[in-house]
Amino acid sequence: MLLQVENLKTYFHTPRGIAKAVDGVSFSVEKGETRAIVGESGCGKSITALSLLQLVPEPAGYIESGRILFEGKDLLDRTWEQMREVRGDDISMIFQEPMTSLNPVYTVGWQIEETMRAHGKNAATARARALELLDRVGIKDPSGALRQYPHELSGGMRQRVMISIALANRPKLLVADEPTTALDVTVQAQILALIRELQKETGMAVLLITHDLGIVAEVADTVSVMYAGQVVEDAPTRELFKNPRHPYTRGLFASLPARNRRGQDLATLEGVVPDSAAWPKGCRFADRCKYAWESCHTIAPTFHPNGSDRPVRCHLYDPNISGRPSRLPWLTELPVTADLVEAAKL
Amino acid sequence: MRTQTDDSTIMVSAKNLVKQYPIRGVLPFVSAGAKTVVEGVSFDIPRGKTLALVGESGSGKSTVGLMLLGLLPITSGQAYFKGKDVTTGNRSPELRRQMQVVFQDPYASLNARMTVREIITEGMMIHRIGADEQERVERATQLMGQVGLPPTALDRYPHEFSGGQRQRIAIARALSVGPEFIVLDEPTSALDVSVQSQVLNLLRRLQRENGLTFLFITHNLAVVEYLADEVCVMEKGKIVERGTVDQIFDTPQQEYTRKLLGSIPSLDPDARRLVPV
Repeated sequence: MLLQVENLKTYFHTPRGIAKAVDGVSFSVEKGETRAIVGESGCGKSITALSLLQLVPEPAGYIESGRILFEGKDLLDRTWEQMREVRGDDISMIFQEPMTSLNPVYTVGWQIEETMRAHGKNAATARARALELLDRVGIKDPSGALRQYPHELSGGMRQRVMISIALANRPKLLVADEPTTALDVTVQAQILALIRELQKETGMAVLLITHDLGIVAEVADTVSVMYAGQVVEDAPTRELFKNPRHPYTRGLFASLPARNRRGQDLATLEGVVPDSAAWPKGCRFADRCKYAWESCHTIAPTFHPNGSDRPVRCHLYDPNISGRPSRLPWLTELPVTADLVEAAKL
Repeated sequence: MRTQTDDSTIMVSAKNLVKQYPIRGVLPFVSAGAKTVVEGVSFDIPRGKTLALVGESGSGKSTVGLMLLGLLPITSGQAYFKGKDVTTGNRSPELRRQMQVVFQDPYASLNARMTVREIITEGMMIHRIGADEQERVERATQLMGQVGLPPTALDRYPHEFSGGQRQRIAIARALSVGPEFIVLDEPTSALDVSVQSQVLNLLRRLQRENGLTFLFITHNLAVVEYLADEVCVMEKGKIVERGTVDQIFDTPQQEYTRKLLGSIPSLDPDARRLVPV
């Protein structure tokens, strides 16, 4: 196991009290695996990613507890200085907005080489590797690009530069936080394909943070669905798309627009995500869940209910909870993903 | 609301629309040429229908919307609204009332210093809709109901609402003056999918109930498939292909359209098409 995150809690001091942005998140990533963390804005997926590298904005944010085992050793035992040895080396990260994450006053070449110099490579080696990287990520004139500044490049090109920087030291894990959200679809397709190719070449694992289920279907091996600071469902991608279990996941799929849903209303999730400074004591999704009953509002569901091979944070799958229907309520409903899959085949 | 009219009536039409921006040269007041961002765009939108304008960033799709609305001067070509040439000159208040717009970012398009009541009744006041403040607030309350917000929302400020709620406020503002045509410029791009579905359902219902005509500007092809009647695909300022949703998505004729469609992530993990397996 390359990465194992156990019960991670990342909190923020706010005027409203302590906001529990990430509240007991667990997942693991194998060598060479692509795990997607999917969820909507404010669910804690980006904070989870930042926590891995201890980049949570301080002093408001802090990691309250949990373990982040990377190759068996807990990253949280490391000091800030010791973390610098890991960042950009064994674990590197790319962000959504390639303009804000590149430094406007340094050339592309300088920034790629900086990563390598910081980890002890000499200038000549770094220069040679930078050229090789730019060529590999599909930049046409690599030696020319080395001397360019970020503003001279398009969004897609900047993201390629970011990927070069991230890959410079051959990381074992690449954390990609919405890497294609700011890009056009055609460029997105290129970048996703590039990440996948590089992954196959180098055997690195990828932790992909996204809100787009289509991207999950394209690239992920396994998926963690996050809602309100917690993972509510963890499944192999195929399984999740065949049979999403958590009512929230089902709601997400049912709300997607598609051609064979024309003329019918899309499913909606009414209500809003509760305040992270005052999570409800029961299920955090209960107020928006059409299947919720009394126990849902009073007892917090666990992540490993009995009798389920696939962890789901929902009382519907927990036989020990009273008032639970004997059959899953949606067995009589139409599948929420079959029509999407069919639409995808068209 | 309004009486049903013949569906075949053309509500909005664009004839050879062109937008050029001067390129600044070395000399002051002398342009070094012109950059063409929209080049000969023509289309008709029948009353009560939705035309989607799709394309990537920089394709000129938003510029077309702004020109139709009269928010950007048209370099050449004509814009017609209900058969009347609206290309040049000052637009009458009545014309401006009939054409409204909803922008992409509801965080930027609502004045943070105004309450929702002020935001919604401002247009009504300008267009002299409602006899007095009380009548306008009544109508605003009704609109809140239509877009699925509680009437108490009127006394609050935009920052108190989530993105989806703000977009509904923006829609209520557009509806407040009783428009017949609405330009929707990426209205769901800033929203989460579960909220996007609420806004899409709302737009569909409002179109059905009020017979609205939409120009839907977006890069989101899944939304187009779901909502649009006709589609125009734009690339570099030109419409490269047009047709019904079925025509465009089933039998795309142009290389660019095929590339665009081929870039949409599949929702079937067993049929990946973007990445090498």
